Amino acid sequence: MPSTDTPLVRLRDVHLAFGATPVLKGIDLTVGKGQAVSIIGPSGSGKSTILRCLTGLLKPQRGELTVAGTAVHQLHGEAAHRPLRQRVGFVFQQYNLFPHLSVLDNLTVAPRKVLGLPAREAREQALALLAKVRMQHKAAAFPGELSGGQQQRVAIARALAMRPELILFDEVTSALDPEMVGEVLNVIGELTEEGMTCVLVTHEMRFAEGISDQVYFTEHGVIVEHGSAEQLFNHPGEARTQAFLQHALGQPGRRRIPDTYVLRNLSPYHLSV
Amino acid sequence: MANDTLAALVEWAPALLVGLGQNVLISLTAIAAGSAAGLFIGALNFSPLRPLARLWVQVFRNAPWLVLIYFTTYVFPFEVHLFGRYLAFPDWLKVTLGLALPASANVAEILRGAVGSIPATQWEAARSMAFSRAQVFTQVILPQCFTRMLPPWMNLYAIITMGTALASLVGVHDVIDTAQIASNTVNRIPFTVLIYFSLLALFFAWCFPISRLTQRLERRYAFH
Ligand SMILES: Nc1ncnc2c1ncn2[C@@H]1O[C@H](COP(=O)(O)OP(=O)(O)O)[C@@H](O)[C@H]1O
Ligand SMILES: [Mg+2]
Repeated sequence: MPSTDTPLVRLRDVHLAFGATPVLKGIDLTVGKGQAVSIIGPSGSGKSTILRCLTGLLKPQRGELTVAGTAVHQLHGEAAHRPLRQRVGFVFQQYNLFPHLSVLDNLTVAPRKVLGLPAREAREQALALLAKVRMQHKAAAFPGELSGGQQQRVAIARALAMRPELILFDEVTSALDPEMVGEVLNVIGELTEEGMTCVLVTHEMRFAEGISDQVYFTEHGVIVEHGSAEQLFNHPGEARTQAFLQHALGQPGRRRIPDTYVLRNLSPYHLSV
Repeated sequence: MANDTLAALVEWAPALLVGLGQNVLISLTAIAAGSAAGLFIGALNFSPLRPLARLWVQVFRNAPWLVLIYFTTYVFPFEVHLFGRYLAFPDWLKVTLGLALPASANVAEILRGAVGSIPATQWEAARSMAFSRAQVFTQVILPQCFTRMLPPWMNLYAIITMGTALASLVGVHDVIDTAQIASNTVNRIPFTVLIYFSLLALFFAWCFPISRLTQRLERRYAFH
C-alpha cells in the first residue's frame, strides 16, 4: 500500500512513439491522492496517449510510471495489467457503453465477472450509483435509447462501480451537445469534492480552473508548464501557454458553460476568469 | 389434355413433397453441423492455431461444392465400424457432410468478419475494466456479433438449400430426383415442363421468405 504522502500517480521521463513518430517526449507528471489534475493542450499533443499509458493500454518505450503503487512500466502481458485496471477507472470521449447490455447490466457486468461481487450486491450498488448520477430512472434502458449526456453519466457510474482509487476522464464532454455538458461536469465536480482522485483531459477551461489542484499544459508531446490552477490560468509563465489560453478562453462568441452547470464550494474568484 | 397434365402432377405431388423433405433434412443438418464446426474454426482465428483456421477456410471456400459432394460420397465408406458395430453411412449424410464443409468455412468467415466489425473502442473499454481476454470475448464482443452474423448466416442457409439440389447427382432420392423419375414415367413434354416449373416454385417458396427476412434484419441492424 502506498503511504498517504506518496503520490498515487507518478510519471518520470515517459517516452512513447508510434513507429517513427514520437508522441510523448519525456513526460513528468505527479498526482497526489485525492487530487484533481487536469491536462490541457491543443489536440494531437498526446493527452489521450498519457491516459492510455497509465493503465497499460499503451506501452511507453522509455520512462517510469507508478500508478497506485504499481510499477506499470514493469508489467508485461495483458493479464498482468488486470489488478491495476481494477483500481483505475477510465471514462472515454465516446462513452463506449456496451450497446447489447441494459444500463443496469453495464454497471454490474464487470463487478460480477471481475470483482466477483454477488449479483444482488452488484445490482444494489449499481442502482445507488445510477441515483448518484441521476440516471436511476433509466436503469432498464439500453444505451442506444439515451442522449449523449445520459450515456456519459452512465459511463461514469460504470467506472465507479469498480470502486476505483483513480478515475481518468478523456475529454468526456467533447462529443456532447452544449446543453448536456453541464450535467456531466456536475457529476465530475461532485466526485472531486468527495475526494476521488481524478486525472482529466479537458477543453472546458473554466471547469478545469474551478476544480483542479494542478493543471498541466501539454504541447507536441511535452509538458510545457504546470502549476496550480490559479497560477497556470492567471499567471502563465510560458508564451505558448499564454497563446493557448488566449485562444481557448478569449475568443469572442465561444460557447459558455451552460447555466445548468453549478458547482458548489467554489469561491467566486475561481469562476471569474 | 391439360387436365391430364394437372392430374398427373396431383398424383405425383405427395412423392415430390417427400423428396423435398429430404432436401430440407439435408439443408438443416448441413447448416447445423457447418455452423457448429464453423464457430469452432472461427474461434481458432483468435488463438495461436490461427494458421490452421485460415487453411481450412481457404480450402473449403474455394472448392466447388459439387467436387466436395463427389469427394465425400465416393471417398467415404458406406458404413463405419464404430465400437464393434457397423453403422450405416447413407448417401444423404455424405452429401450433408459435403455441404457442411463449405458451410463451416463460410460461418468461420462470417464470425471473423463480425468480430472485426466491432469498434476498437469496445475492446478498449472492456480491457480498461479489467476483463480477461476470454471475458472480453464472452461478455462484450461475441454477444454483439450474433446479431451482426444473423443476416449473412441466413443468406448462407438459403444458398445451402439451393446446393441440396446437387444431392440428386449422387443418387440421393430428393425432390429433383423424384421430379426426374416422374418426368420419365409420365413421359409427356407438357408434364415435364410443368413439373420443373413446380420445382422452381417450391424452391422459391422456401428461399424467398428467408431472403426477405434477411433483408429486413439487415436494414434493422444497419441503424445500430
Ligand atoms: N494508435 C495510434 N497510432 C499512430 N498514431 C497515433 C495513435 N494514437 C494517437 N496517435 C497520434 O499521436 C498523437 C497524439 O495523439 P493523442 O494522444 O490522441 O492526442 P490528444 O489526445 O492530445 O489529442 C497524434 O498526432 C495522433 O495522431
Ligand atoms: Mg485525445
